[in-house]
This record gives sequence, structure tokens and C-alpha cells, in this order.
Amino acid sequence: MAAVGLYNYWIVVFLMMAGFYIVIAHDNLVKKIVGLNVFQASVFVMYITFGKIQGGTAPIIAEGITTYSNPLPHVLILTAIVVGVATTALGLALVVRINEAYGTIEEDEIHVQDEES
Amino acid sequence: MSITVCAILRIRNLYAVVMLGSIFSVMAAAIFVILDAVDVAFTEAAVGAGISTVLALGTIALTTDREKKPSHTKILPLIMVCLTGVALIYGTLDLAHYGDPNAPVQTHVGPDYLRDAPVKTGIPNVVTSILASYRGYDTLGEVVVIFTAGIGVILLLGNWRHIGRRREDKDV
Repeated sequence: MAAVGLYNYWIVVFLMMAGFYIVIAHDNLVKKIVGLNVFQASVFVMYITFGKIQGGTAPIIAEGITTYSNPLPHVLILTAIVVGVATTALGLALVVRINEAYGTIEEDEIHVQDEES
Repeated sequence: MSITVCAILRIRNLYAVVMLGSIFSVMAAAIFVILDAVDVAFTEAAVGAGISTVLALGTIALTTDREKKPSHTKILPLIMVCLTGVALIYGTLDLAHYGDPNAPVQTHVGPDYLRDAPVKTGIPNVVTSILASYRGYDTLGEVVVIFTAGIGVILLLGNWRHIGRRREDKDV
């Protein structure tokens, strides 16, 4: 029973750790940002899972339906998605700027250039 | 959901990373539909799979489209990730089970909104009524965040740097 009830959370943890691994283990900056997005999406899935009720439907009031899923996590995550894309845009702009300044988007090469100068 | 996991595993290998990221977003949107969050699914499909992908592809066009082969071993990050994962799994053991109607999340403000929101705001979609009416200030703050990000991008990439440099040259 516990395994079925917590299955979603375990998937979320796996996705989160995959994103985390991409962020800390890869040197390519674009790949790091994609990893960050994966991490974010896993948190979104976790919140939406909190809001789900067994046998519920989408929280749009209609006749003949009594059980609705919790709308509050949905609202929070709507805001979070939009803020997330703003962060992504800024991060990618920084990557482009770094590429202009260093001519590379690999983190270790940037460190080498910093030490030389 | 396991398909999504497979997509993530493939993301690590190739440089089709960005397109796989887009596919990942679409799958997340499908999962949101299954979990009754239709509004979130719309936004994720449009913003996560659409705009993010376009931005990332633009970045690739401006920089490079190849990732260098890793030069050092990655044992330490792997150990760290595994430890964090185990700690998080341990944490999930105390969480409410999937779809449990008696979980603390479901018994406090959620039902109040579901009862009052359609009557007070006249909008049948409860998510919309909370977003625009109850939490209108949050949405305003969100707009401020996007505005700030936009200004940041313009400052980082805009043409004004060259203009400023040219002016300095003239002064000298």
C-alpha cells in the first residue's frame, strides 16, 4: 500500500536528483540550465500531486460533480512556471554574454582563462 | 511517468538535450492533466515546451551546438546526488498518500475556496478566480518579476554597450 501511495513522490525524487546531477556534474552551461528546468518541473509535479484527490475532477465548478481536486497548489504552480521561465531567460542571456566575453560555454575552460589572466 | 524518466536518462547523453527538454515539458503537461490540473497543463505546454525551447535554441544559435567530452571523473557528484536522494526518499515516507482525501492539504483552505469562490467571484473555474481575485497581488508581483527579467536580458544583450563604447572613443 505504501509503495503505491508514495510512487509519485519517488518518481519526483528521481527526476529531481537527475536534474541536480546535470547541474553539478556537467560543465556545459546550457546543459546546466536544462537540468535546472528538469529540477523545477519535478517540484511542480510534486505540488500538483499534493492537490490530487482520488476520484476528483479539475476544479471547475459544474453541476453533478461533488469532488474537486485542491485548486490552491495549481495556482501556486501557475505562478512558479512563469517565474521559472523568467529565470531561464535571464540565465540563457548570461550564457550568451559569457560566450561573447570568453568564447566558450564550458565552465572548466572559463576557469582556465580566468587563471591565465 | 516512467517514459518521462527515460527521456531524462537520454538527456544526459546527446546534444539533442534541448529538444528532449521540450518533450519532457510536454510529458509533464500530460501528467498535470492526469492529476486534474488543466490550467497548469496549458501553461506548462505553452511556456515550458514552447518559449523555453525557443529561448534555448536561440542561445545555441548564438553560442555553440556541441558539448565537450567530460575531462574528469564524476564520482563525487554522483555520491552526493545518491545521498540527497536517499534522504528525500526517507522524507517521503511521512507524506500523505496519493489521492488521500483526508490529507492535511485537503482539509483546510482548499474546500473553503471551492465553496466560496464561485459565489463570491462568479467565475466557475476556481483556479482562475483564486489567481485573479484572491491572489491578485501575487499575480502583480509575478508581472514585476517578468519585467525585471526582461530588463536584465536587455541590459545583458542589448546594443547599448557598443553605443557607450563608441561615445567613450569619441571623448578620447
